[in-house]
Amino acid sequence: MALLFYPEFEVIRNENRCIACRVCERQCANEVHSHDSESGLMLSDETKCVNCQRCVSLCPTRALKIVKSDCTFRENANWQNDTIKEVYKQANSGGVLLSSMGNPKPFPVYWDKILINASQVTNPSIDPLREPMETKVFIGKKPSQIERDKDGKLQFNLSPQLELSMPVMFSAMSYGSISYNAHKSLATAARELGILYNTGEGGLHEDFYIYGENTVVQVASGRFGVHEDYLKAGAAVEIKMGQGAKPGIGGHLPGTKIVGDVSRTRMIPEGSDAISPAPHHDIYSIEDLRQLVYSLKEATEYKKPIIVKVAAVHNIAAIASGIARSGADIIAIDGFRGGTGAAPTRIRDNVGIPVELALAAVDKRLRDEGIRNNVSLVVGGSIRSASDVVKAVALGADACYIATAALLALGCHLCRACQTGKCNWGIATQKPELVKRLNPEIGKEHLVNLMNAWRHEIKELMGGMGINSIEALRGNRLMLRGIGLTDKELEILGISHAGE
Amino acid sequence: MKRVFVNEEWCLGCHLCEYNCAFANSGMTDMVKALKGKKIYPKIHVNGDDKINFAVSCRHCEDPLCVKACIAGALNIKDGRVCIDKTRCVGCYSCIMVCPYGSLSVSENGTASKCELCLENACGEPACVKGCPNRAIVYEER
Amino acid sequence: MKQYVIVGNSIAATGCIEGIRKVDKDTTITVISGEKHPAYCRPLISYYLQGNTNLEKISYRRDTFYSDNGCEVIYGETVDRISPDEHKAYLSNGQEISYDRLLVATGSSAFVPHFEGIETVEQKFSFMTLDDTLGLEKALCETSRVLIVGAGLIGLKCAEGILEKVGKITVCDLANNVLSSILDNDTAPIVQAHLEENGVEFLMGDSVKSFHGNTATMQSGKQVEFDILVTAVGVRPNTSLVADMGGEVNRGIVVNTKMQTSISDIFAAGDCSEGYDLSIDKNRVLALLPNAYMGGYTAGVNMAGGDNEFDDAIPMNSIGFMGLHIMTAGNYVTEEDGGTVIVKKTSDTTKKFFVKENELKGYIIVGNILGGGIYTSLIREKTPLDTLDFDLITENASAFAFSSQKRRLMFGGVV
Repeated sequence: MALLFYPEFEVIRNENRCIACRVCERQCANEVHSHDSESGLMLSDETKCVNCQRCVSLCPTRALKIVKSDCTFRENANWQNDTIKEVYKQANSGGVLLSSMGNPKPFPVYWDKILINASQVTNPSIDPLREPMETKVFIGKKPSQIERDKDGKLQFNLSPQLELSMPVMFSAMSYGSISYNAHKSLATAARELGILYNTGEGGLHEDFYIYGENTVVQVASGRFGVHEDYLKAGAAVEIKMGQGAKPGIGGHLPGTKIVGDVSRTRMIPEGSDAISPAPHHDIYSIEDLRQLVYSLKEATEYKKPIIVKVAAVHNIAAIASGIARSGADIIAIDGFRGGTGAAPTRIRDNVGIPVELALAAVDKRLRDEGIRNNVSLVVGGSIRSASDVVKAVALGADACYIATAALLALGCHLCRACQTGKCNWGIATQKPELVKRLNPEIGKEHLVNLMNAWRHEIKELMGGMGINSIEALRGNRLMLRGIGLTDKELEILGISHAGE
Repeated sequence: MKRVFVNEEWCLGCHLCEYNCAFANSGMTDMVKALKGKKIYPKIHVNGDDKINFAVSCRHCEDPLCVKACIAGALNIKDGRVCIDKTRCVGCYSCIMVCPYGSLSVSENGTASKCELCLENACGEPACVKGCPNRAIVYEER
Repeated sequence: MKQYVIVGNSIAATGCIEGIRKVDKDTTITVISGEKHPAYCRPLISYYLQGNTNLEKISYRRDTFYSDNGCEVIYGETVDRISPDEHKAYLSNGQEISYDRLLVATGSSAFVPHFEGIETVEQKFSFMTLDDTLGLEKALCETSRVLIVGAGLIGLKCAEGILEKVGKITVCDLANNVLSSILDNDTAPIVQAHLEENGVEFLMGDSVKSFHGNTATMQSGKQVEFDILVTAVGVRPNTSLVADMGGEVNRGIVVNTKMQTSISDIFAAGDCSEGYDLSIDKNRVLALLPNAYMGGYTAGVNMAGGDNEFDDAIPMNSIGFMGLHIMTAGNYVTEEDGGTVIVKKTSDTTKKFFVKENELKGYIIVGNILGGGIYTSLIREKTPLDTLDFDLITENASAFAFSSQKRRLMFGGVV
């Protein structure tokens, strides 16, 4: 049987415009383009194309476009193109299918089914260009009551807090899964913006210790790169229990990416696969988690908040309740549309729940149990815009984690081929000639631009609601209405339907 | 004076600067019309291999040897820019002989050719810098 | 009032004017020009004959150069004598000019050896000045047979210049190689063959014994019929002004790296001078346009009270003949001198590198000369060759062979 490979994309080259400058050829790490010296024409091998758009974006005469191939199987509603192709692929390879980035399946995106309120007549809206508008948030454990000493003076026993100039942080992406320059872009942008980024489970490169105040250092099941200085370098420590893109399983960074600095930073030998176990083998209960939380607090002298990050799964509310009692300061919930550098396709596409539902359920549960102030809530797993942030805060989040949007700002075109290590945009790769394609100065500027734009939009949206502080928006579900949702969905989200 | 500087750390070796240069100096308004099917004679050249690349164009030295070496009085300094009067150049390449940077090249008709920072063509600022996708070439005061 | 005087009006004089004006914007400069033209690019005379430049473009600087720089030019006069005690120059028209600082930039003259019967040749020319050229141009016609004595730079440039205008060109030289001052046994034949392909005939290792009218009898006994004779045997520095004063003169007027002669307040530069040659670590006459400018410039700065040294002169030539380009520089150290010679050949280019004591001393390129200046700078800066990838740079004249640190300086700083 012939080797079955059906190109997903077609490279369309307008020969009238192509000047054979060969920029596409030089820039394609997948070697799609080549130059035929005999005819002087550019040729393309579409079987290698991942549609990352690098060639399209650099073509000086705009002679290129990449289109989805309309070559199609005899598909039907049940047996669709991708499904058929995956069967062929597995029949060929015998392996688990791997994918990158977030769940692409057409599950409901609740953010798009929630509408935001605005003031009319009975209460004034606020113009953020004319009046002060506060987007700063502090996240961490909050006192449940005011304490005074015997003389009646206020007691300040505040747990460590993270100060964010806006309710957004860059979420965990490890050095190894993404490049040095991508990390540098995130670190420098976080510093300029007054927010935090997250090391992921790859350790912290020695060059980035200087950005420690804007860094969340992660401790995950593989414990890669964890040591005392690392823990002390960050502004907060995050225990990663799970990831939205692949709940229930660990990570796997192939040995080919464990080179040079990556190996040193992870503290594992070059070329060895970095396999993070599915569970933390020392955590089988909330009590075990509490031990790790306090071990980390002990190691960091109770100066840094501890974040526990979990994937949004079926009984998330109960899990969060447990975490809130474990001594953790912040719970991060990662929804099933969160990205990844590599995950088994079946898990990415079928495991976990939307973060909107998880957030609403957790916030309600913690409030019902009177322990909402024990923790701050950070949500991620496809926060795509300023309006998603506003909706998340109104649903009860203290802040949001963003990663995919940040990667897009760095140049990612969501080709979802991170696992190949040949990222043409210099993000998900360790090949030096590709890594240098991301100039961190430009990367930082784009991230700062994106966040500043969001900050403006958040202010506009808040102003419209007549709210001048993000604190006043948190958990303010009256500002939200659902549309096209069932009673059950509205009940879980804790919002009324539009028109109510 | 603003000059073109290159930082090889960010040079991708994509050679876009060469094409942008050739286009900017072609006097035409469409790149396809200007460059399609033609050999290009850019004033900036990417050197290197598959790992390290850097673009070389005129450094606009404060004390330019090329101007001193020109046997035809074709090279001159205009407000700090080293410029060439191609109608005077006889193609002896004495300028190439003395330029320590390997900056000068040869034009289609055999005269020496060099970067004049695009200040007198339609681009108005160095086209190589404008089109560099990774800020490996910058135009600034240092 | 202070007064600068420049004797001569060519490239060194121009360099001197620009050097003086770098330091001193005001003081009058008097230029005494033997030729009745503003400074022109002498090497361009062959291009003029070829039609690649014209009388307007041949001038070295714009029309207003002298007035812009506050120079008074006395055309068509020469200086007979200089009195260093009186600080005065005496002109051939009887005029006396006082100076505070004076530059001798008298250049060189064509050396015409005595041939038996030369007086019987009607149409004979040198090929040094614009006036020579204009005279030659007038004499040429489509059927002219031209005999050029001397296969050096001047003789061959002349041949190229008139090739399209005449019927036949024969070049003879006592040396076995063309361009024997800049090429060697490997490279000269390439150039000779190229010129022959373009229709120039050569009689190498042979010279004229005697002339009789339009017939030259060679030392080999061969007879060459010609209509026009061009002698391009060599040049002699014009040193007499300084020699007469008792200044130090060897082949040229001896100057130090500040371009001062042995007589105070008198400087010299250009083809008449004999200055420091870095490639041999000795003084030598380097009659080359770039060196004339640079020497003149240094002299000018120093004459005006500034401080400048010209200590990195080396012989260097960049010249092309009918599409074939030659670039050479430095000193061709041989293996007998303890040097190493490296040859790189490609289909269209031959490169030879002369290396000694971890330094590049000289090079010859015939063919693709792009980036040659990088080699020149290795010689002038005495760059230790173990600080770069020398094998790579000999193949490809690129800063790629340097360390990235060096490149950062080269392309990331103001130079």
